[in-house]
Amino acid sequence: MASYSTNEFKGGLKIMLDGQPCSIIENEFVKPGKGQAFNRVKIRNLMTGRVLEKTFRSGETVEAADVVERELQYLYSDGEYWHFMDNESFEQYQADEAGVGEAAKWIKEQDQCTVTLFNGQPILVDPPNFVVLEITETDPGVKGDTSGGGGKPATLETGAVVSVPLFVQIGEKIKVDTRSGEYVSRAKDE
Amino acid sequence: MDWRPGADLSALKARAGMLAAVHGFFAEAGVMAVETPLLAPAAGTDPAIEPLQSRFTGPGHPHGLPLYLQTSPEYHMKRLLAAGSGPIYQVTRAFRDGEAGRRHNPEFSILEWYRPGFGHYALMDEVAALVQHVLGQVLPVRQCAYHELFDTTFGIDPLTEPTERLAALAAERCLGVGADLTLERDGWLDLLLTSCIEPELGQGELTFVTDYPASQAVLARLNPDDPRTAARFELYLNGLELANGFHELTDADEQRSRFEQDRTARRANGQPDIVSDEAFLAALQSGMPDCSGVALGLDRLLMCVLGEDDIRRVQAFPLDRA
Repeated sequence: MASYSTNEFKGGLKIMLDGQPCSIIENEFVKPGKGQAFNRVKIRNLMTGRVLEKTFRSGETVEAADVVERELQYLYSDGEYWHFMDNESFEQYQADEAGVGEAAKWIKEQDQCTVTLFNGQPILVDPPNFVVLEITETDPGVKGDTSGGGGKPATLETGAVVSVPLFVQIGEKIKVDTRSGEYVSRAKDE
Repeated sequence: MDWRPGADLSALKARAGMLAAVHGFFAEAGVMAVETPLLAPAAGTDPAIEPLQSRFTGPGHPHGLPLYLQTSPEYHMKRLLAAGSGPIYQVTRAFRDGEAGRRHNPEFSILEWYRPGFGHYALMDEVAALVQHVLGQVLPVRQCAYHELFDTTFGIDPLTEPTERLAALAAERCLGVGADLTLERDGWLDLLLTSCIEPELGQGELTFVTDYPASQAVLARLNPDDPRTAARFELYLNGLELANGFHELTDADEQRSRFEQDRTARRANGQPDIVSDEAFLAALQSGMPDCSGVALGLDRLLMCVLGEDDIRRVQAFPLDRA
């Protein structure tokens, strides 16, 4: 099994910790002049997203996590699984609810997503940074009010709810930043 | 290719100012500047310090003479003391394998000096004076015994607390310590010190930690009134370990047996063997004056001068730019 020594630690390295795949965020070398050296590491558990600290004795080795990131196309959801495909190999992957996580409320069929695979299974889905989605429900606003003052909730075709300016109407398409969940602009039809 | 230095010009100027202040301080104090080899066939045996190796091939050494880059100038300076040098200091480079990070570079600047006739408390006073001279600032000075720190922070006596209790304490108090971490007794003490005590040490003051456990004596003599502890001190400023000093061991037989203990530990850890420095032992045998000595990390002192928290911004060309 592949393993890494603490000397290989750096941001982004994927290791196994207590049976869970983790990604190193920060690695600090700590050593008293005349004493034991340690690596104090900040780690993200890729299954739970939780950030934790871990102290290793320098020179120790840890098991590598079989984690890769792939650009995959979102195909469809059957309610239980979200199906993705590698456009080059045509290999398909299915993410469960935990695997798709928050991305479920942003992605539409044919969107390209960055999917983190652990032992071949999707555990993390990063939607595109910006998505264009149609508003399916929102209170009627004041026509002609483009001042942008104030906002109202709007439900999008994927089920996500975002705050939009008062002038935006049902049936319009808007651009949303998926990292912040915020409205960016009205999207012009191409 | 980023060819530029890691430190900006103001940091380099501050370094030059620091060096001038150091040389001025010792000229004033009547301590002689010396130079000793960076390359030598012997090295320190301390299992916590790993030397880098090089090799000389040339006249007299057709098959190559293995040479260590010195991890500190200690043994050579002690040979000068044994030869009757009187008080001496040196600003030099030191090299250590395996050490790189925010506070470590494998090559760094060391200020080391020895004071015949000084006990380590007298030397601490001089260290405090030197540091304040370089900082251009008067700071409160505090001395605190190693066991007092552990008593204040954890309510334990580090000299007597059973090793498994130290491990349990580390699991409880230090972040990210799991059951999978295995350490020797001194390793647990190091972990507790660096994780829970060190960050608070020397905040706005010069804190000297004294009376280290005898197992961490290194090259210090043991305290005659309590041989469970050693006449060793460390200086901390703003959570940064700056200097390590000893009331020096002068007993050649005791020194030889400590070398052997180190080598036994190295074998047990699977580390490369390092033979005892016979020239140094012979110097002790011939008689080294009673003295105290200290090594101070100049890059870290410069970090304090500049309020920098990364050694890579106070060295012109740290490892990743060398």
